[in-house]
Amino acid sequence: MRVIKFQLNGREVETDAPPTARLIDVLRDEFAYIGSKEGCGDGECGACSVFVNTLVQNSCLIPVGAIEGAEIMTIDGFSQTELFQMISECYSEAGAVQCGFCIPGMVMASAALLSKNPHPTEEEIREGISGNLCRCTGYNMIVDAIDLAAKKGEGLW
Amino acid sequence: MIAKDISTSVKKKDHDGKISGQLAYISDVKVDSMLYGVLYRSPIAYGKVRSIRLPPLPEGYEKIGAEHIPGNNFVKLLHNDQPIFANEWVNYIGEPMFMLVGPKLDILYQLVDEVEVDFEEHPAIFTLEEAIKQKDQTGVFAYHEFGESLDVIKSIEKKAHRVIEEVYETGYQEHVYLEPQGMLGIYKADEILVKGSMQCLYYVKNALISALACEDDEVRVIQSPTGGGFGGKEDFPSMMACHVAIAAKVVKKPVMLLFDRAEDMEVTTKRHPAKFTYRTAIDEQGNILSMNVEVFLDGGANAGLSPVVLQRALLNSSGVYKIPHFHAKGYALKTNTVPNGAFRGFGAPQSFAAIESHLGHISSMLKRDPIQYKRNYLVKQGDPTITNGRFRDPILLEDMIQDLLQTADYTKKKEAFRAFNQQNKRFKKGIGASLFLHGCGFTGSGERDHIKAVVKLEKTEQDQVLIKVSNSDMGQGALTTLSKIVAKGLDLPYEDILFPDPDTKDVPDSGPTVASRTTMIVGKLLERAASQLKAGWQSGVAQEVVEHYIHEDMIPWDEETFSGDAYPAYSWGVNLIEVEVDILTGSVRIERVYGSFDIGRAIDERIVKGQIDGGMAQGIAYGFMEKMTSQLGKIQQKTISDYGPPTAMDLVPIESKLYDNPYAGGPYGAKGAGELPLTGGAPAVQAAIEDALQIPFYQIPVTPELIIESLTKKDGDARD
Repeated sequence: MRVIKFQLNGREVETDAPPTARLIDVLRDEFAYIGSKEGCGDGECGACSVFVNTLVQNSCLIPVGAIEGAEIMTIDGFSQTELFQMISECYSEAGAVQCGFCIPGMVMASAALLSKNPHPTEEEIREGISGNLCRCTGYNMIVDAIDLAAKKGEGLW
Repeated sequence: MIAKDISTSVKKKDHDGKISGQLAYISDVKVDSMLYGVLYRSPIAYGKVRSIRLPPLPEGYEKIGAEHIPGNNFVKLLHNDQPIFANEWVNYIGEPMFMLVGPKLDILYQLVDEVEVDFEEHPAIFTLEEAIKQKDQTGVFAYHEFGESLDVIKSIEKKAHRVIEEVYETGYQEHVYLEPQGMLGIYKADEILVKGSMQCLYYVKNALISALACEDDEVRVIQSPTGGGFGGKEDFPSMMACHVAIAAKVVKKPVMLLFDRAEDMEVTTKRHPAKFTYRTAIDEQGNILSMNVEVFLDGGANAGLSPVVLQRALLNSSGVYKIPHFHAKGYALKTNTVPNGAFRGFGAPQSFAAIESHLGHISSMLKRDPIQYKRNYLVKQGDPTITNGRFRDPILLEDMIQDLLQTADYTKKKEAFRAFNQQNKRFKKGIGASLFLHGCGFTGSGERDHIKAVVKLEKTEQDQVLIKVSNSDMGQGALTTLSKIVAKGLDLPYEDILFPDPDTKDVPDSGPTVASRTTMIVGKLLERAASQLKAGWQSGVAQEVVEHYIHEDMIPWDEETFSGDAYPAYSWGVNLIEVEVDILTGSVRIERVYGSFDIGRAIDERIVKGQIDGGMAQGIAYGFMEKMTSQLGKIQQKTISDYGPPTAMDLVPIESKLYDNPYAGGPYGAKGAGELPLTGGAPAVQAAIEDALQIPFYQIPVTPELIIESLTKKDGDARD
């Protein structure tokens, strides 16, 4: 049987899932990485966001066959990094976490934004997380958290 | 950390688990030999089931239906008219008829697709309009009428300078909690355990006892971390719990039922669409002489919570105003559409949208500023409520309005916008306000007669204290807020207070997590429990204290005559919103948002700010963005973007302010804060759009399509 090999949270892994299987299912069911949440399955809510070769993408839209050889980082792996610690601290300080279901995806989008643009304006932050839905916070405290992370994490990004 | 001031914010109890994604929601749970369930749902709106033909089921797959229910085939709530599995009649498209269970989801979906059911179809009622037409014959879930006699109102209207009658309509609102509904049933030899996303553990437990016809200790309910509720996980989870519990009992294995987004949007409860008629008599100076209100709620196919939603809609139908000679009546009506249920605000957002719109329109007819006009009628401390209760506590509304008008520089801004609009052909700016309140806790004597809340604190030998209540944290921060109340009462570090996931085997019934009651009612009981524990504190010894609800002295509520004190306390709000409307596309841009609130005292300022920001976002979007429709009994929006809740780019920072007005009946002075912030959003955004365009609207959401249509009509009228 043909297996698909890729790097997952810094480890070389392989799966024998059919190439059309959704990446989110492979991550959650086969590798037990529960951090990527399924809020819609349509690529609309961003709760399942992961890094594919450092680009943030919705894992519910990616067939696993398309990631042969790619580097995948999920929140489960990203949460082991110093960058994550900074984001987590700022999310807490800003009060950005309510129900928490959108948050892992939101954190990935925050990190992607800051690594591309370490000093984003409010407008750029809003645009940067516009692919991630949150129904609890009205976004403002998340925007504050990212702004805070940019400032407190000066030099990290 | 021992907090000096209760309002000072602390790190949330569940922060680390949530932000790392490692806190397990129900869809993250897998247990050995777990099966999945997929529901077969009625494809028709109303009819009798003639026959069901199943495809051959592979080994390990089973059909679970009404024939497997040991007890009542209804979800125990108010009217008991909602079947767990509809096996004789179906009443709406999407009603669950039976469930297929088995190990593989894709196979289950395929099998469900191959099911054939033969129905005898009957004419269905698809719209509120049709339901109103035939309400004298059938289809009334609830009805109330109260206030001034109609004879008196008639004679006032006869002598009035003018009688202004308006019809106003509000649409569905969908919760869009980010975590879709999910429930797991686990079979054990001596009990059925149900775990899932929910707000009300004991609603679920009572429904299970009724369906399984079993003893109290044979069912157990555990709340999983809940990814948003907003009322959507108040009544609905009870039905799913019955499905998985019955299935688990039959197959003697764990059964998981998870909805995907499309299923969640099509079949779960929504905010009731409503229709109002306001009829107001005024004299030559524009003074209000009388007001007569009719309210109709579309309940959908089952009564559900509609009778109680109707009560709150009626109780708020006069807004924050003291109206002479007020009369109201209202109906919750049956249609063959998806049942509507609880949604943050619970009938009040519809009523506030209507009354604020109506008084706004009257003020513009009189060429008066809407805020100034409304200020003439504000209720004051000591005034009677429309049900002859009393506003007993200080009301700060007048000060809140005054402050906000200054902060926002209202008068100048209105002039500036008028000038801008005269010079600008395409873009029009407007500013609009809303004034509102929220009655905290259950309506009437519900807390005393139905809920009878009990809370428990357990102290371990290590002197840690565990909170034992049946209330859910669904994101609103109950874990943190209630822990802070207990920590403060015991003078203990907040970190020493533990709050395990509520489990009915372990926690008393402290009531559901609804009605802005958790902090105020349950928090007060915990405050008392903490002081009891502190008084008898013995270090190194395991101890337990229990507190029971004590009803505050009020004017007794009588549901029959709709009179007395409907609520023990009220929270208050003022919103001001500035918009810019593009008259070419009809699109509305929110420019500034102000919110002032009196919630007694904040237990945690940051958590309250989160409630304000999130609630106002939902309320504002309800007013102009979020549109859900039903066609021939079928919900038309199946994806989140079909429906259109706001993204970060649709919103702006909210300039909010809290007013300290401690309430003696709440912990450390706190009143309810969960629902209030949603209520003012829609009426303020509508008023702002009206101010920009100088056109009245008679419905929400005020969508771009509606704006263009109204502008075209205005142009046409101008030409005529």
